[in-house]
Amino acid sequence: MGDGIQTLHTWERSGLLDDAWSRREFLKFCGRMAVLLGLSDAFIPRIARALETAIQNRRPSIVWLEFQDCAGNTESFTRADSPSVAQAVLEAVSLDYHETLMAAAGHRAEEARHKALEAHRGQVIVVVEGSIPTKDDGIYCTIGGKTALQIIREVEPYALVFVAVGTCAAFGGLPKANPNPTGAVGVEDVVRTKPVINLPGCPANPDVLMGLLVHYLVFNRLPDLDAQRRPLFAFGKRIHDTCERRPHFDAGQFALAFDDYGARQGYCLYKLGCKGPETYNICASLRWNMQASWPVKAGHPCIGCSERDFWDRFTPFYERLPEVRAFGVEQRADRLGGTLVGVTAVGVLAHALYTWAVRRAERKAEELAKKEGEAKPNPPEG
Amino acid sequence: MARIVVDPITRIEGHLRIEAEVDGGRIVRAYSSCTMWRGVERILIGRDPRDAWAFAQRICGVCTTVHAYASIRAVEDALGIDVPPLAQAFRNLMIATQNVHDHVMHFYHLHALDWVNVPNALKADPKQTADLAHAISDWPNSSEAYFRDVQSKLKKFVESGQLGIFDNAYWDHPAYKLPPEADLLAVAHYLEALDWQRRVIRILTFLGGKDPHPNFLVGGVPLSVNLASPSVVNAEVLSMIKTHIDELKTFVEKVYIPDLLAIAGFYKEWAQWGAGVGNYLAYGELPDGKTNQVDRLYLPRGAILGRDLRTVHDVDPKDPEQVQESVAHSYYRYGRGDDVLLHPFEGETEPHYTGPKPPYEYLNVESKYSWLKAPRWRGHSMEVGPLARMLVAYAKGKPYVKAKVDYVLQKLDAPLTALFSTLGRTAARAIEAWVMAEYLPQVYDRIISLIRMGDTTTFNALKWDPETWPREAKGFGYMEAPRGALGHWVTIRDGKIAHYQCVVPSTWNGGPRDAAGQPGPYEAALEGTPIQNPEAPLELLRTVHSFDPCMACAAHIYDAQGREIVRVRVQ
Repeated sequence: MGDGIQTLHTWERSGLLDDAWSRREFLKFCGRMAVLLGLSDAFIPRIARALETAIQNRRPSIVWLEFQDCAGNTESFTRADSPSVAQAVLEAVSLDYHETLMAAAGHRAEEARHKALEAHRGQVIVVVEGSIPTKDDGIYCTIGGKTALQIIREVEPYALVFVAVGTCAAFGGLPKANPNPTGAVGVEDVVRTKPVINLPGCPANPDVLMGLLVHYLVFNRLPDLDAQRRPLFAFGKRIHDTCERRPHFDAGQFALAFDDYGARQGYCLYKLGCKGPETYNICASLRWNMQASWPVKAGHPCIGCSERDFWDRFTPFYERLPEVRAFGVEQRADRLGGTLVGVTAVGVLAHALYTWAVRRAERKAEELAKKEGEAKPNPPEG
Repeated sequence: MARIVVDPITRIEGHLRIEAEVDGGRIVRAYSSCTMWRGVERILIGRDPRDAWAFAQRICGVCTTVHAYASIRAVEDALGIDVPPLAQAFRNLMIATQNVHDHVMHFYHLHALDWVNVPNALKADPKQTADLAHAISDWPNSSEAYFRDVQSKLKKFVESGQLGIFDNAYWDHPAYKLPPEADLLAVAHYLEALDWQRRVIRILTFLGGKDPHPNFLVGGVPLSVNLASPSVVNAEVLSMIKTHIDELKTFVEKVYIPDLLAIAGFYKEWAQWGAGVGNYLAYGELPDGKTNQVDRLYLPRGAILGRDLRTVHDVDPKDPEQVQESVAHSYYRYGRGDDVLLHPFEGETEPHYTGPKPPYEYLNVESKYSWLKAPRWRGHSMEVGPLARMLVAYAKGKPYVKAKVDYVLQKLDAPLTALFSTLGRTAARAIEAWVMAEYLPQVYDRIISLIRMGDTTTFNALKWDPETWPREAKGFGYMEAPRGALGHWVTIRDGKIAHYQCVVPSTWNGGPRDAAGQPGPYEAALEGTPIQNPEAPLELLRTVHSFDPCMACAAHIYDAQGREIVRVRVQ
């Protein structure tokens, strides 16, 4: 019990309360963002300055639209590590429309959306959660009597960019899975005049969304994307190459059944159907829910939830990857590896390296905070 | 007579529209319409039953986990798979955690703004707020300085002119009755709960890898326990889980329950409105023994009719006469005519949209008007959810529920009948979170004692291989989701899913009228709700939110073995 209370005391002192504390936490956050975005420590002050300017001026408007969704990405968003959703919504951006979180309802909610669009014409960051049904004139999803398609058309002229958060919004996701009863598609299939950024994942990792927003606030441009419009900072590497269980793959040590000897040793889950070799995402290094864990660490194979059409291409989930020869995985797995250890050593250490880089950036940020503090009288210790 | 439309109903999961007729300052008739549909069950046809949980889980990301459990239990029931005791205990730990997490978020982030006036908190005296906080709880975040800081943060936010999610609400509505100090206290706890929830949910991450949408497994749980390994569930992971359980329980006892009592004290008139159908259904939850040992459920199974707590009726979800569904006012068509009721194992559906062409102003409520079916139990429209569960447990004399219900009623100086209301529904949710918060350390201790005894098996591999399955098998999986009784009915044939159906809490509660014209629980509960200003129907939101709607869960297609698949393709 003591630990829990201790944590809460710590929280009481953070964020909302003490300026010196806030400042240090803020700079540490900038440090973590620098690491996430693949920037050097030298960028920490620049990130801090850019964010401060953005915050002092008008905060960027976010209009968050939910269509054929399960609100999983919204829930995920509320679990963001740094900044927390409270910090983001109160200090960094203006979340002007979000059906699950907003106080207003009905006509008043729609009015709030129109107001935000008019006030930020061409500058609105439109986040979309859920797929868009196109069959039968889109009658499978209506809000305020309008179809999802009609709402997209209405919002498009006001948007700066569309951010498709989660695999459904990015690629059609679950509703698009065979036989796609509603003709569901992703945002990129319907938005014609504005850029689309995909943050797939079921759900998307909230810290990646925060990273994207920070990138935009700091550099005033969108991050580099891959061919599937995914930011390279989060989707540049395969799960397989960053997985902490990779040494077991290379050593030919596999779990052959759930809870067998290998599973209890934390061996590789490839033979239980892991889709890590074909999945690009940052789970293994960034982890989930304030770095608590991630699916493979917790004992279940990666189901490849951030990949296009994974519900059809990667099922049955517990069968070994089909068409693995393209990646040479099967051959290596059966012949026992070892020779590739050198190649993958960096990947194996991904989470450790990531954590190390974050700690270094945080130390740097603390030094900055200290320097700043010396220029001012010391606040009383809380 | 005025007709009001609220669409979107916000601060819920999913897409809900309410149309209501208001006369003499009260709602006389209400129509509940779900406006989104994906067809998840159709997508499940032909899949590997061991994969079904992952598809079903994505029905909902708010009550993430619940459809996964219902699916896994349905498949295990069909194939005759028992899960090891340690796996059952881990599942119960996750179920109770998710329940408390969901209830707290509903209270503070979805429901509170119906009762708490955010801008009004700026008028509060922080000293008096601290006095109020001390009077109701010994929660440590309660100093005058603390509330002053929260208030100045809020002031800065409001003065920025960008009110974001708090913009354009009914803040000037006279039905907001809290003094500014209580508003400030609640705003502070809104923020604290937002931070609390992301920490305590890590229990699901340690065991399922991430949240929302952690991973599950037919036959057990995917994790392994090995105290000698750094890579799996070991003493370190278990101690972190314990820390979060303590944190979770403390918050419920010292923040949620005191806040519920304090806020409810200002709104006691809401014990007379919002009762609804007065019939309650619970499948029960937290199996102490095997999954289907109904007599060993911590929260019992049963049905209550006509608010009569003297009789709890037995419920058998596999009985074709009990759970049935109507599509008379739903956008589907039955082959045998829309006036029949069908049991889920025989579920038959063909989507059949007859609503207005978007963009539209009003629904045609005389005809079909929702993507939800209308489930019935022995022909009755039934309310499900925390209130139903607490009433069934109370009526069955479960002491750990009865004591807490009595405590809350006594504090509010309210009779037992006050539970049949909007206020009662909201109070029952808090009571259940409290029951669950006390259950968590018990199940944690059970996990530890099983591991101590060396019983560390987490997976039953006997029926993993499809070669071991019968040619055809049918199963039912229950689950008490935060929003109520959830059932999945599966038919497996030749190793694949041949038929799949879910009857979901928000379908029970939010469904439309049936062939006999009986309204669903939302519709019935709204009748009689006062509306001071039809332009700002705050009171409507209070009653609808008291059910905690979850519409993505509720809208479904029910496959009828091939025939409808062909029809859908033709469309």
